Amino acid sequence: MTFAVILVAIVVVSVLFHFLSPWQATPLASNWGSIDTTITITLVITGIFFVAIVLFMAYCVYKYKALPGRRSEYRPENKKLEWWLIGITTVAICALLAPGLIVYNDFVHVPPNAVEFEAVGEQWRWSYRLPGKDKTFGRTSVTRIDENNAFGIDPSDAAGQDDVLIAGNQMHVLINQPTKALLRSKDVLHDFYVPQFRAKMDLIPGQVTYFWFTPTVLGTFDILCAEYCGIGHYNMRGQVVVDDASSYQKWLSSQVTFADVLSGGTVEGLVDQGQRLASSRGCIACHSIDGGPSLGPGWLDLYGRQETLSDGSQVKVDGPYLIESVVDPAAKIVAGYPPVMVAYEMSDEQLDSLVAYIASLSSDPENSTSIQPSTEE
Amino acid sequence: MAYADDVENEELHEPTGFIWKYVWSQDHKVIAIQYSTTAILVGLVALVLSGMMRMQIGFPGSIDMDSTAYYQAMTMHGMIMVIYLLTAIFLGGFGNYLIPLMVGARDMVFPFVNMLSFWFYLVSVLVLLASFFVPGGPTGAGWTLYPPQAITAGTPGSEWGIILMLVSLIIFIIAATMGGLNYVTTVLQARTHGMTMFRMPLTVWGIFVATILALLAFPALFVSGVMMLLDQTIGTSFFMPDMMQFGSQLDYSGGSPILFQHLFWFFGHPEVYIVALPAFGLVSDLISIHARRSIFGYRMMVWAIVSIGVLSFVVWAHHMYVSGMNPYFGFFFATTTLVIAVPTALKVYNWLLTLWRGNIHLTVPMLYSLAFIVTFLVGGLTGLFLGNVVVDIPLSDTYFVVAHFHMVMGVAPILVVFGSIYHWYPKMTGRMLHDGIGKLHFWITFLGTYLIYFPMHYLGFLGMPRRYYAYEDYPFIPESAQSLNAFITVVAIVVGISQLLFLFNLAYSYFKGAPSGGNPWRATSLEWLTPETPPKHGNWGTSLPVVHRWAYDYGVPGAELDYVPQTTSPEEVPVHESDHDE
Repeated sequence: MTFAVILVAIVVVSVLFHFLSPWQATPLASNWGSIDTTITITLVITGIFFVAIVLFMAYCVYKYKALPGRRSEYRPENKKLEWWLIGITTVAICALLAPGLIVYNDFVHVPPNAVEFEAVGEQWRWSYRLPGKDKTFGRTSVTRIDENNAFGIDPSDAAGQDDVLIAGNQMHVLINQPTKALLRSKDVLHDFYVPQFRAKMDLIPGQVTYFWFTPTVLGTFDILCAEYCGIGHYNMRGQVVVDDASSYQKWLSSQVTFADVLSGGTVEGLVDQGQRLASSRGCIACHSIDGGPSLGPGWLDLYGRQETLSDGSQVKVDGPYLIESVVDPAAKIVAGYPPVMVAYEMSDEQLDSLVAYIASLSSDPENSTSIQPSTEE
Repeated sequence: MAYADDVENEELHEPTGFIWKYVWSQDHKVIAIQYSTTAILVGLVALVLSGMMRMQIGFPGSIDMDSTAYYQAMTMHGMIMVIYLLTAIFLGGFGNYLIPLMVGARDMVFPFVNMLSFWFYLVSVLVLLASFFVPGGPTGAGWTLYPPQAITAGTPGSEWGIILMLVSLIIFIIAATMGGLNYVTTVLQARTHGMTMFRMPLTVWGIFVATILALLAFPALFVSGVMMLLDQTIGTSFFMPDMMQFGSQLDYSGGSPILFQHLFWFFGHPEVYIVALPAFGLVSDLISIHARRSIFGYRMMVWAIVSIGVLSFVVWAHHMYVSGMNPYFGFFFATTTLVIAVPTALKVYNWLLTLWRGNIHLTVPMLYSLAFIVTFLVGGLTGLFLGNVVVDIPLSDTYFVVAHFHMVMGVAPILVVFGSIYHWYPKMTGRMLHDGIGKLHFWITFLGTYLIYFPMHYLGFLGMPRRYYAYEDYPFIPESAQSLNAFITVVAIVVGISQLLFLFNLAYSYFKGAPSGGNPWRATSLEWLTPETPPKHGNWGTSLPVVHRWAYDYGVPGAELDYVPQTTSPEEVPVHESDHDE
């Protein structure tokens, strides 16, 4: 009796939980409402089977509980009943599969009017590329990636010259415009996942993957990495901003093309050199520059600050300390951060530019005047 | 059955001395207990690791665990539970103990190889545990060990940990192969007089088919392990394309990361059934015995096991719907995956129809069996979400997946392990496990795991990605999700600690348990009919048992008792028409 009651209670509580749960799908912001519909169909059909089966089990446990003198029925099989059950199950399976495959057919067929953008993943950040006016992406190769060519675009490919490069973590897309995301990884597996869009797809180094969606709601949405990619996986943040036509054009017009980057040649000024270096060597994947959370200490207002190390001692953040932290990261670990950074090999010139860049991110450099001279060597 | 005749006339060389009896033993029963004990001990390590992970998720920062340690715990928890606990205990533990006893053999066909199987398994466990003590610690690549990250610097243990993991897996596969050849050969060659294939208990069928799957699937993991070892140690590029590592070019070129995923899941999906099929078999026997009713649709149950086994080899890429493989594969794999639900559903129906019009004894093994049906049902139904390719797209890599696979291949099989240990412990020791402690342990484990994993599906609907060390500053995740995670952690810690009840019961009952006699559950299958309990070396005394009927004669009309042992002759109780094999 107790067991039967508990089985019934499990059914009742589970069904109530489903309807009362505050944890439901996050509001949809793309065309993939049809995917949500397939989830609903699946919930209804599997829910019916769940309720029916557990209640039948509760009935059996209650009705056929052992009694002295009771004997079970001896009927080892009932072919007819079994074929009926197989038939009903098959019908239910078809009712799940058919709508699923129809929607999946939409998912794999990108509409001809879709516009393309490319998302590039690396540990642990995102960057993006648009094909430019010719609507054709330039050829790329991981082997071409260097400080001046973060996307590895082939400079001899004319189609690449007008490619628009977005080095930051934030991408803009146009509302109600079918959009095809081409996905490329520089290092390991990643996955481009915006919960509000429903769709997601892995990035694989060595090949280009894709999926498509039509954003339907204006706003800013988080891009999460959904394929485990190492210790910074949980913090591989990006953002996609869904714009209307005018704000999209405004944003687009302020972006640089590959040709701009090439003609820019060598960057003037230590700070700008440092900024480029921080981007190309991936520093900003783990060191936020806007005060946001990150795997390592953020660089905003870092320079000149007093930091507590994991052994309890204090250190003032200055040039020599920062340089040591790049070339021998394990030497001093700031308390609260994991000792996960690998050592980087950089020239003295590069190190100086990086320090200058980090110092430029401190809003109140006067505070650090007392140690300023040590950075000027 | 010429082989069995020879065995009967062979002299039994019973080993003497503690070492030969209990350490370097070739007796399948001792090897079974060695396998099970090792599996449970290493499983406890994995249980502790899961508790640490839950503390970090439920109460971030409450224990001193950085993301490196978190991912190492996650990886080791998964790998230990799937391979070193579940696979080892079902095949090496229950397979070893029950196959010879249930088919009426004196031992496995190759006892020496069987002994080697255990010792290789033990070495594989020690190599795995050694990785906790090497520089950089164990691998944190996730139990799927996907390259390239498994061997690049952004992943914990990418230098030493991953090597020890791969070497340990290779040794484990050698162990599983030696054991597996034994189980298959013993089932095919060493059955006693009258024990036709269709008179075997479903336990034997489940383990037999699972072992065939293991022998066919593990080689895919073996070769991918060897290839990754070569990539890591001598710089080949089987799985490694042109790639960067923190801004520098790596010296790899032309390999395919997705090739590894295909190889891994060609092993990995059958692996699910390597664990599930023995559980199906064992639970079928528990339900029939404790409901005192013949298993419903025996032949259908056998064909369901066989067809699930065959189908399990053509569904692997449903783990890869968003992996970037050719998207058109999705149509094929969604179809095969949902087809496999039909024989699986049939098994559930037949378990229920075995209860129907039965005479149900709610013993501890039966409680675990019924709990298994509920848990497996939830896990199976949520599998229909993830198997249906387009439904999987929003849910893959979220907590829905974590909840699903823990229900279906974590909790459900473990409930069968507990039920089966309660059921066969009397045969192994001659004593009953304590009933009260057993029931307490059952209720905490069953209701606790349901409370952990049922709500967890909804975090997946919400879109919370799995394998995240922390969830700070993701605005789409409401505050309340953290409360749910804290709740889940509290329940998980309670369930984890309550497993001490089980361990205590095992130890206490070994000395103080009520004597069980030879057949405490009044069961029909051969292992309950041994001349001694626990069975001695050679199992059957002077002559092998002779089988006249199937293993499910419960409630036979006209019989004096409500069960008719398999050795009862047709003259005493007529063999029913249900036993098709004359």
